Amino acid sequence: MENTTYVPVPGDFELLTDRDITTDKNFASQSYWKGVATHFFRNRRAVVGLVLVLTIIILAILGPMLSPYNYDQIIRAADSEKVVAKGIAPPGTSEGPFAGMTFLFGTDDLGRDLWTRTWQGARVSLIIAFVTIFIDMIIGMSYGLISGYFGGMVDNVMQRIVEIANSVPRLVIVSVLAIFMPKGMGLVIVALLLTEWIGMSKIARAEMLKMKEQEYVLASRTLGAKSLHIIFKQILPNTIGPIITQMMFSIPTAIFTEAFLSFVGVGIMLPQCSIGSLISTGFNNITTLPYQILSPIAVLALQMLGFNFIGDGFREALAPKLEDM
Amino acid sequence: MAKYILKRVGLALITLFLIIFILFVLVRIMPGNPFPSERMSAEQIVNKRAEMGLDDPILVQFGRYFINLLHGDFGKGTSLYYGAPINTVLSTCISNSFRIGGIAILEGTAVGLLLGITAALNRGKFLDGFCTVFSILGVCVPGYVFLIFLQYFFAYKIPFFPYFFDPNRFVFSSILPSLSLSLFTMSTVARFTRNEMVEVMDSDYVRLAESKGMTGSLLVRKHILRNALIPIVTVLGPLIVDLLTGALVVEKIYGINGIGKLMVDAIAGEGVDYNYVLALGILYSALYIGIMLVVDILYGIIDPRIRVSASGEEG
Repeated sequence: MENTTYVPVPGDFELLTDRDITTDKNFASQSYWKGVATHFFRNRRAVVGLVLVLTIIILAILGPMLSPYNYDQIIRAADSEKVVAKGIAPPGTSEGPFAGMTFLFGTDDLGRDLWTRTWQGARVSLIIAFVTIFIDMIIGMSYGLISGYFGGMVDNVMQRIVEIANSVPRLVIVSVLAIFMPKGMGLVIVALLLTEWIGMSKIARAEMLKMKEQEYVLASRTLGAKSLHIIFKQILPNTIGPIITQMMFSIPTAIFTEAFLSFVGVGIMLPQCSIGSLISTGFNNITTLPYQILSPIAVLALQMLGFNFIGDGFREALAPKLEDM
Repeated sequence: MAKYILKRVGLALITLFLIIFILFVLVRIMPGNPFPSERMSAEQIVNKRAEMGLDDPILVQFGRYFINLLHGDFGKGTSLYYGAPINTVLSTCISNSFRIGGIAILEGTAVGLLLGITAALNRGKFLDGFCTVFSILGVCVPGYVFLIFLQYFFAYKIPFFPYFFDPNRFVFSSILPSLSLSLFTMSTVARFTRNEMVEVMDSDYVRLAESKGMTGSLLVRKHILRNALIPIVTVLGPLIVDLLTGALVVEKIYGINGIGKLMVDAIAGEGVDYNYVLALGILYSALYIGIMLVVDILYGIIDPRIRVSASGEEG
């Protein structure tokens, strides 16, 4: 075929004038996370949850500092005639020997300020929850991603281990731990570390099975990327959403477990306090001093509410249904 | 189907055996003294150890323990209920726990289903909102907290129910604990049923049935409920397991002589009782594995796709 030079005719191309450019509407491309955030903040419940959780966290940090008392300080006051050994005072400004002192939540049976103790307890619970869930996330995520990526024999063996670990109730793990570990925060943390990673690993594995067939993984492998690089640098960022959702639901579980173990008597030990141990003390005095149990229970319930709302909101924001848009 | 069930049962038994082995070895090799030493002299401890065969090689001990276990014998406790065979103690506790737990599961499932169905049928109305609030409450407040309130108001302030569990008035005194135990099951089942029902009601085949002129209870029963109930079977298993954990505190609060309270006594007392921990550990694991097994098999029966994909994995 003969090569002919094409001569452009008017109408083939047209130079845009400035006016035409400005009529073009440009939308900034929205990043994935920005979209998630928009959806999250549009959800009223999720915002309520976030506000609740943030308030509790701030109070847990500042509450004990704002109080003139220490969480383990037994408040004594001198009467006009004799010394009162300890002050048991209901919520509010008290009269009698404690005139002028304000105990917002009252004092406990030994005369320790419950406002301070409640927030100190919330602090302990939150620290336990965040620390263990964070470590569990790292363990479970790596485990699930590796198991899912390699598949075959590796996956088989790793999943059998998960199956066995999953068949042991948390209670049994705690009881065996109680044989050789001293009761206290350590026991709670180890028990949570041993159980909570399993759910995380299942989610991570399922995500990996979805992801590993995608073209970008194949491309990366063709270009010679190492397995670990593909798993942690390329697939991990794409699976982080569901993992964070799972984390949000694991935090309430951790708080519940801590409260439960402390209530039973193998968790946080006196004079240290946590939400669970405060409920336990409150329960012991419920017939005589019923106000004591109210504040820790309220904080526990609000915490659970907040985290559950955030988790729900996050899940919906990550996978928005058509009707919500 | 038979092959599927057989395979599941076999796997469960192997898992249980492994767990028993691991538990036994862990309990035996852990540092610590199985006997509360303040009350016993060194000589007594040596004698006691020899009597219970704690100085034999660990595999010999395990063999002996396992053979006894197959005969249904858990041995004796090391510090709790001194000298009494664990079996005797366990049998009372198991019957108490199982009856209360059973009532709680029935209550929870029945009320939960009812609530969920009514909420779904009245979508957007008052009942639906009530169901949502109720299920949120059930998830945020642990059952034992609920029990503390019930006990305070209906047994202490208004002394209508007994303050503590009374085995002689079983039905009457099991109302409060079973109610509070069932709270979590109830709210989860209600929420789950509602969401499943709503999803099914929006599906094409229900719309088709409606357009053919089907209405009322026949539509709900034959088309909606049947399909909505399938996934609920899967949540029931974990819920029953959660109930086991919840029972621990509920039994402690209400003074019920059950396995949960026994577990608390075994781990939170002055000395941890090794043999009780072992026995209860095996019991709880067996229960847990059993429940999971039943759920697996049920799910395989209800939804054949699961079975196919499970056997497909092997080939």
